[in-house]
Amino acid sequence: MLKYIIPLFIFVIMAVFLALGLNLNPRDIPSPFIGKPAPLFSALKLIAPSEILTPADLKGQVWLFNVWASWCVSCREEHPVLNELARQKAVVIVGLNYKDAPEDAKTWLNTLGNPYNVSIMDQEGRIGIDYGVYGVPETFVIDKKGIIRHKLTGPVSPEFVQQILMPLIAQLQAEPS
Amino acid sequence: MKYPLICLLLLMPLVALAGIESHDFANPEQQATYETLTSELRCLVCQNQTIGDSNAELAGDLRRQVYEMLQQGKSRDEIVQFMTERYGDFVLYNPPFKAKTGLLWLGPVVFLLIGLLAVYLFVRRRKSAAINQQQADDLAEIRRLLDSGDHS
Repeated sequence: MLKYIIPLFIFVIMAVFLALGLNLNPRDIPSPFIGKPAPLFSALKLIAPSEILTPADLKGQVWLFNVWASWCVSCREEHPVLNELARQKAVVIVGLNYKDAPEDAKTWLNTLGNPYNVSIMDQEGRIGIDYGVYGVPETFVIDKKGIIRHKLTGPVSPEFVQQILMPLIAQLQAEPS
Repeated sequence: MKYPLICLLLLMPLVALAGIESHDFANPEQQATYETLTSELRCLVCQNQTIGDSNAELAGDLRRQVYEMLQQGKSRDEIVQFMTERYGDFVLYNPPFKAKTGLLWLGPVVFLLIGLLAVYLFVRRRKSAAINQQQADDLAEIRRLLDSGDHS
């Protein structure tokens, strides 16, 4: 009897590990930034290139920092979701236009709509490196004190907005600045 | 008529130069550090390549970052720290030993021990089986001798 149970037992353990492994997302690398202050930048705005934005300008507000580019396919997928989020005015949305040509970026916003309160330019990808960006789109949730509280790699989905983002924003809005 | 065309064709290989990054280093040590670092840092886009091997844009940016930091006189450790602060331990092909990476480092040792134990048990069982067989043969021989003795 034992002769049959032991192999079966080993098989079950292996199957469980395989199932776990198949369901893990290898792109989901834990960000070392959670709970840390948002890295500083001083970048030119996309629409008004003579103006500069720094994280200090956003102190006291909960904001999303969304990394996007006109060449990025998944950004097109999440764009309607961001537009809807902007329509609800639940949170300030700052765009990081990552390694993009400003003209292409503006055309993209004109055709698909502009959910961003402001977008800044990162043509060389240096701000991206400071934020540990490795796949576009990525979205950071930053609280009133300028601390990164959440990071999403990949497109923002309606489920993510409903189940994670909205409760988190409500929680962060309630915190003192 | 032919010559201008040939000259033009001879210029073609120069296009290949456009794809090669060339860096000037202050000294050979710096170049060596650059080469070790780019072979130890993981490209996060194509996860099984180092930033030295990968052609992904991010890998190019990270190589530029490493090069610039070396030019600024930053040490190897400072650059590694810069990268892990931003991308986590995952960026290192040689992650540090800590609670989270314990299984990664100790796993192979544990599996080796399990393997050795299995070999030991298997060999011991075979040996005792062989001894049993030997004893059975001896007994049969004795019985045969005894039986044949009865007849004499």
